[in-house]
Amino acid sequence: MTDWPILSTVTFLPLVGVVLLLLTREDGPHGRRNILNVSLWTTVVTFLVSLLIWIGFDNSNPGFQMVEKHQWLNTGIAYHLGVDGISMLFVILTTFLMPFCVLASWESVEKRIKEYMIAFLLLEVVMIGVFVSLDIVLFYVFFEATLIPMFVIIGVWGGKDRVYASYKFFLYTLLGSVLMMLAIMAMYWQAGTTDITELLKFGFPAGIQTWLWLACFAAFAVKMPMWPVHTWLPDAHVQAPTAGSVILAGVMLKLGGYGFIRFSLAMFPLASDYFAPFVFTLSVLAIIYTSLVAMMQDDIKKLIAYSSVAHMGYVTMGIFAANAQGVQGAIFQMLSHGIVSGALFLCVGVVYDRLHTREIAAYGGLVNNMPKYAVAFMVFTMANVGLPGTSGFVGEFLTIIGVFRANTWVALFAATGVILSASYALWLYRRVIFGALEKESLKGLLDLSTREKIILYPLVVLTIFFGVYPAPVFDATAASVDLLLNNYSAALQAAQKLALVVH
Amino acid sequence: MIYKAIVFLPLIGFLIAGLFGRSIGAKASEYVTSGLMIVAAILSWIVFFKVGLAHGEGHEVIKVTVLRWIQSGGLDFEWAFRIDTLTVVMFVVVNSVSTLVHIYSIGYMHHDPHRPRFFAYLSLFTFAMLMLVTSDNLAQMFFGWEGVGLASYLLIGFWFKKPSASAAAMKAFIVNRVGDFGFVLGISGVFVLFGSINFETIFATAPTYLPAAGSADANQAVINLFGMHLDKAHALTGVCLLLFMGAMGKSAQFLLHTWLPDAMEGPTPVSALIHAATMVTAGVFLVARMSPIFELSPDALTVVTIIGAITAFFAATVGLVQNDIKRVIAYSTCSQLGYMFVALGVGAYGAAVFHLFTHAFFKALLFLGAGSVIHAVDGEQDMRYMGGLRKHIPYTFWAMTIGTLALTGVGIPGTMIGFAGFFSKDVIIESAFASHSAVSGFAFILLVIAALFTSFYSWRLAFLTFFGKPRASSDVMHHVHESPLVMLLPLAFLTVGAVLAGVVFEGHFFGHEYNEFWKGALFTLPTNEILEEFHHVPLWVKWSPFVAMLTGFVTAWFMYIKSPETPKRLAEQHRVLYQFLLNKWYFDELYDLLFVRSAKALGRFLWKRGDVGIIDAYGPNGIAARVMDVTRGVVRLQSGYLYHYAFAMLIGIAALVTWMMLGSSL
Repeated sequence: MTDWPILSTVTFLPLVGVVLLLLTREDGPHGRRNILNVSLWTTVVTFLVSLLIWIGFDNSNPGFQMVEKHQWLNTGIAYHLGVDGISMLFVILTTFLMPFCVLASWESVEKRIKEYMIAFLLLEVVMIGVFVSLDIVLFYVFFEATLIPMFVIIGVWGGKDRVYASYKFFLYTLLGSVLMMLAIMAMYWQAGTTDITELLKFGFPAGIQTWLWLACFAAFAVKMPMWPVHTWLPDAHVQAPTAGSVILAGVMLKLGGYGFIRFSLAMFPLASDYFAPFVFTLSVLAIIYTSLVAMMQDDIKKLIAYSSVAHMGYVTMGIFAANAQGVQGAIFQMLSHGIVSGALFLCVGVVYDRLHTREIAAYGGLVNNMPKYAVAFMVFTMANVGLPGTSGFVGEFLTIIGVFRANTWVALFAATGVILSASYALWLYRRVIFGALEKESLKGLLDLSTREKIILYPLVVLTIFFGVYPAPVFDATAASVDLLLNNYSAALQAAQKLALVVH
Repeated sequence: MIYKAIVFLPLIGFLIAGLFGRSIGAKASEYVTSGLMIVAAILSWIVFFKVGLAHGEGHEVIKVTVLRWIQSGGLDFEWAFRIDTLTVVMFVVVNSVSTLVHIYSIGYMHHDPHRPRFFAYLSLFTFAMLMLVTSDNLAQMFFGWEGVGLASYLLIGFWFKKPSASAAAMKAFIVNRVGDFGFVLGISGVFVLFGSINFETIFATAPTYLPAAGSADANQAVINLFGMHLDKAHALTGVCLLLFMGAMGKSAQFLLHTWLPDAMEGPTPVSALIHAATMVTAGVFLVARMSPIFELSPDALTVVTIIGAITAFFAATVGLVQNDIKRVIAYSTCSQLGYMFVALGVGAYGAAVFHLFTHAFFKALLFLGAGSVIHAVDGEQDMRYMGGLRKHIPYTFWAMTIGTLALTGVGIPGTMIGFAGFFSKDVIIESAFASHSAVSGFAFILLVIAALFTSFYSWRLAFLTFFGKPRASSDVMHHVHESPLVMLLPLAFLTVGAVLAGVVFEGHFFGHEYNEFWKGALFTLPTNEILEEFHHVPLWVKWSPFVAMLTGFVTAWFMYIKSPETPKRLAEQHRVLYQFLLNKWYFDELYDLLFVRSAKALGRFLWKRGDVGIIDAYGPNGIAARVMDVTRGVVRLQSGYLYHYAFAMLIGIAALVTWMMLGSSL
């Protein structure tokens, strides 16, 4: 590749859209049309450009690629970007989901469409920024900045309890970010650099690792979210507009998982090993507890939100199993969940736009007049359940195998998710889709419109494609994950030797 | 290439009927899917003769690679077919029955507006089943396993307007998932023990788990399974049992059987294909396929035998008193699957697959016959409202009678005269007696009793349906009609199978040509001589199933032809027992209480008490109350938080940067 700074281009390309939007007048149907078109084109172009990253990506290189580095002031902080096998696909996932968000808001967002789109484009910038940052301060800025647009999106365009939801969201994350900031300061104090590539090589002393791990854990666990700091998610999802939910579930939850891999596992291996049983416990609790809670929900979005928490349990469990199947499975599970749960929220959006309620009891028998919708929903439900042949299976299967190698008890409890997920997902499907069409309010509903088909069909195809042929993902991630795990086990062995010498 | 054609033709049928069914119409969908199935079935018989019946050396297992699938660390498997005799036997079973069911459905589903969808599902099912039986590794088997589960779910719930159908579909899927829970853990266990989930590697490595092989490390723990440090032999047992749990779910074995009777909510051709001939035998296939590791674990085989014997007995008892014609056959299927598992458990894998093979023909025949009866009497399924149909639907009557003769195992012991079930079932009963298993006596006795019950409920079904006075309303009786040719033709084919499948193939499956036929596809230890020993059982053992069969027949004849008042009187005299059987040993009620209700209650409790009551109350809401005290009246809530947040973040970053600048300059 040339020296063309592609990562910066992708990261800041949405800003071009923001500028254009600022110049667009909002009044009248014509103005609205323009705003939508500008947003759509911006996100589509960003996605296409981001594909160049994947094309130019060298699968065999485990290190960071397409690196850009500029010193900032005289601080030691640098504008330092780069991707490796772990982060690259998250960038693609982010840019991929954005056009769907714009399309999903095509008609449903009525007020202040311009500000709404600006918020989304800014959100895209900072989300990509998180994944490409190679400087911890830069990372922190982006990581924290994701909250502001999302906070605004929920708070302004959300449902009727949006205030409660957004402040809950805020309180939880505040806790995490404060602690993480302390961790960053401590890391700089220890290592004397904020460069992530340097920090990865640094090797923090065992005593410090514990504290740093805990502080980072607080931030990432909230984002993930892990039990018991998950209660912000159902409320945030329920109140957020459809596109907000898609981004929340599709990308923002992955910031936590990404952080766990990049920081906790890679920089603090001793602490990760020490705390693995703790994480396993929370993961298993998340899987069982939130699956049971999901089953009893009477709000469709809340049900899917709780199921997200359960699926993230597989991710955390896989990461801290610290073997190839676990970590690769976790990464795959995150990518797959990004597509599948995003799609599920879009599916909810389809019926919400028609009936303006999310009560499960208000639906029933939709298959009669919405057969195409029923098929799409079925595919995503099955992916959510982890049916082989859909992308949902691959991650779940690998993380269970990975964790089985680490601890069979954990695998035993995690595998109950196989039963529980089928229970809540199929029960939901039965109540919404199957049955006779008896409710008067539902009889006039039309099947998917062209716009909705454009949104859902590509996701159906991808869900099945990555279930049958996940190889592109594994090829891209394998080298970096191997490197990470080699360093991890080397660090553990070194510590063991040291312990032997001391005694 | 021919193998790919066999597997993917149904998939093509599914895609055509599924995606374009609306535009090409119902007729075209029917012909396309059925036509493709006919081709696949013909090809299957060709490879059956080529692979199974070919004699001569150099018969390697054929491997056909299709596509990469998952490579992660040491875990590496692809989409690939493993073709050996076991596979081609399943090819023949699956594709023959599936083709006949497709054709039969053209007539049976004639009035249904959703025929393209129905045929698409049937073809999808067939594809998934073929992926299962051709699998080259456990993950692909799991794909087929869950794929058939999905198709079964869709087909049971085909009439989605019926709430009972949706409920049954869901139940089938979830109960199967309980089995899959074990299956997934079993796969993980196999990976840990063998370092691979490809059959080739597993089978090649398995001999090192023989007790004698590695005497030095024999007692060394190789796996820590749920807190137990297991040595090689026990580790294998653990893994086998986990895999067997999957088999129990799919094959509706005792404790995980509850979904099968409910699955009868689906259209009858579905019951014939999925819930009699093919899908439910997947568990049997799994154990037969994994025979190289099951054979090494006597403990696991004992469990298989016990579960199989209990299922055979239990399901037969429930079948005695059911009134729904399809449910009787469903319990019969459950019971016959128990026979197959006993055969597996005593090491007679060939006998198990043999029974699977013959059972597919006569049980599909019985189901399709029952469908023809239901078709004739306007959808009535309760045998109490049938009777006297013999004269009205003679072809169906004869087909069902032959199916019954085959199921009850009519034949003369010691000769080669008998229907299909006679050969396969008697072989199993004799093997159970002859085996050295600790539970062989137990299994033998339960199987003979089950044979008696089988004969009784089968003839009860025949007598109630075809003999006696008509009990249907005169309106219905007026309309009773024989089914069209398109439905009778499949019955004719299956009738041939029910008569001949046993006598023609006994030698291959479990007789003199055993080794030439299987070519190592089923693994047995040198010490396993059941193939030889079952011939030498005492004469009374050979005659016992015959006597049981005859007793059942005479009792049924007495109770439903000679003296039709007796059953009613018996039911009143033994009310408790009758209710117990009629309500299927109260398993549904028990499970509802134990699992469904308690899970719902627990879910509600965790939500209301856990999430809302504790986490939220003491977490964010508690803190919020404090914060609210501070911020109230200062700024408006909504914007206030945002600015605070942004402000806090800015200050934080500023502090950080300042501190670093100072730090770096110091």
